[in-house]
Amino acid sequence: MDPKQIATALWTLVVKEIKRFTRIWPQTLLPPSITMTMYFIIFGNLIGSRIGEMDGYTYMDFIVPGLIMMAVITNSYSNVASSFFSNKFQRSVEEMMVSPMPNWVILTGFLLGGMARGLGVGVIVTFVSLFFSRLEVVHPLLTIGVVVLTAGLFSIGGFINALLADKFDDISIVPTFVLTPLTYLGGVFYSISLLPDFWQGVSMLNPILYMVNVFRYGFLGVSDIPVELALAAILAFIVVLFGVALWMLERGQGIRS
Amino acid sequence: MAEPALSIRGLTKVYGNGFHALKGIDLDVAQGDFFALLGPNGAGKSTTLGIVCSLVQKTAGKVSVFGVDIDRDFARAKYHLGVVPQEFNFNQFEKVEDIIHAQAGYYGMSLREAKPRAEQLLKDLGLWDKRKGSARMLSGGMKRRLMIARALMHRPKLLILDEPTAGVDIELRRSMWDYMRRINREEGTTIILTTHYLEEAESLCRNIAIINHGEIVQNTSVRELLTQLNTETFLLDLARPIEAIPRLEGFEVHQVENSQLALSVKRGQKLNDAFTQLTEQGISVVSMRNRANRLEEMFVSMVEGANANNSRTRQVREIDSDKAAAETTTTNTGTGRH
Repeated sequence: MDPKQIATALWTLVVKEIKRFTRIWPQTLLPPSITMTMYFIIFGNLIGSRIGEMDGYTYMDFIVPGLIMMAVITNSYSNVASSFFSNKFQRSVEEMMVSPMPNWVILTGFLLGGMARGLGVGVIVTFVSLFFSRLEVVHPLLTIGVVVLTAGLFSIGGFINALLADKFDDISIVPTFVLTPLTYLGGVFYSISLLPDFWQGVSMLNPILYMVNVFRYGFLGVSDIPVELALAAILAFIVVLFGVALWMLERGQGIRS
Repeated sequence: MAEPALSIRGLTKVYGNGFHALKGIDLDVAQGDFFALLGPNGAGKSTTLGIVCSLVQKTAGKVSVFGVDIDRDFARAKYHLGVVPQEFNFNQFEKVEDIIHAQAGYYGMSLREAKPRAEQLLKDLGLWDKRKGSARMLSGGMKRRLMIARALMHRPKLLILDEPTAGVDIELRRSMWDYMRRINREEGTTIILTTHYLEEAESLCRNIAIINHGEIVQNTSVRELLTQLNTETFLLDLARPIEAIPRLEGFEVHQVENSQLALSVKRGQKLNDAFTQLTEQGISVVSMRNRANRLEEMFVSMVEGANANNSRTRQVREIDSDKAAAETTTTNTGTGRH
């Protein structure tokens, strides 16, 4: 395929993916908005007012970046996992496999589709947060950069999950038993400086902690960990996981007999 | 000499469980041909076609599409291929036109190029009025036509149809045959067809390969194959019920129903001789037809011969038409005597 044809194929796939999650918006866009609104009301407003300050900020201001990031992570991941697995399940993945579209275009198309949903939900949650918090962004470029990279990283994760999945249960295991605990323990609701030294050390093994902290740094200018280290870790994860996903796709893992 | 549309050499497939689906088959399909690939269930037809269009990974062998080796430049080979699989493989929740446009996009066609092509195909295949509706609302026959339209969007030179008319009613099947004949004749599209309706293969195809147990057991023209047919069986509808099976010198006769006989005629025998003997015995025949179509008889005898000592005979029977199967059952359940 020449570059123009590749661009057309990629655009087709991205538009198709965006159409998919907007067509079923009551399942994809509405629930995270409502859930996050509940978090803002219950944790931020009702409980937060009794907690007081965290790292020098009101509890509401402290949790807003973490909650936005949580929404971006879960939606990027689950969009690609469910969309690609549905394509496998309905065999419509064959439409792509019989076409001359290179595998990296297929992977990138799903990745961008997942990022579009993750970032779209992030924008909605940010908009909702404005009703509860006066949002200020200290480092706007860093904030946007880190949220885009994080959406990309978890979209690739969702893709790998979908390739390995044999049944619908398999695409809910990782979000339920891995992503959610890591997100809750990733400093969304608290600063790890509150933890004993041992648990602070354990927390440093949690990759989501780095993303939440860099994102919070972009908003508030405070972070529990070095920003450069966090960005380098995210980029490294993206490169490695993209390579793994592409290798699996080239092998036909889960899609070719 | 022009490159074959499809050239297969030593194609082998061993699945993970050790099953040898293909045992080094060789096959050539000429450009412009209408070619049938037949075989009983599990013979290796879908595996062969799956390898050609990249849905199945081969274990060994070479495949070229219009001279393009799929190991060297699969993307270029795929431009020549259009695939209509056995199972519905589109997103049932998408609109018909979205499915068609997306497929064009995967081949690098812009929406501007795709729209007029989609309009032409959807009109030709009677789906234009359904283009805005969700694919899941289509009938089974419409879904099959949608897959044909989708496969033709990028104007492939080789169209692979894997049981395209399965479950389609007779009227629709015939209109699909007409359409396939048209694109083969007028646009020069090479077509490879697998089907369980052997009448379909006899009617449409010029050349044929029969695959069994992962090996090509026959590869010739339909005309040549039919000349090998040694026996044809005719069903004779009688004017009145008979009580005993008539004895016809030189012919084998079975009773199917009270007023229906099955007459086996070997090559070289004359039907007139049978009718003369029937008339002498006071039996009037009001109508006559083939029990199964000729290719079907050929196919069954060929595959059954290969399976003579094999318990797979039951599987071969599945390929018989329902009617022939029903008739066989009737004969075997006691109404028939020799």
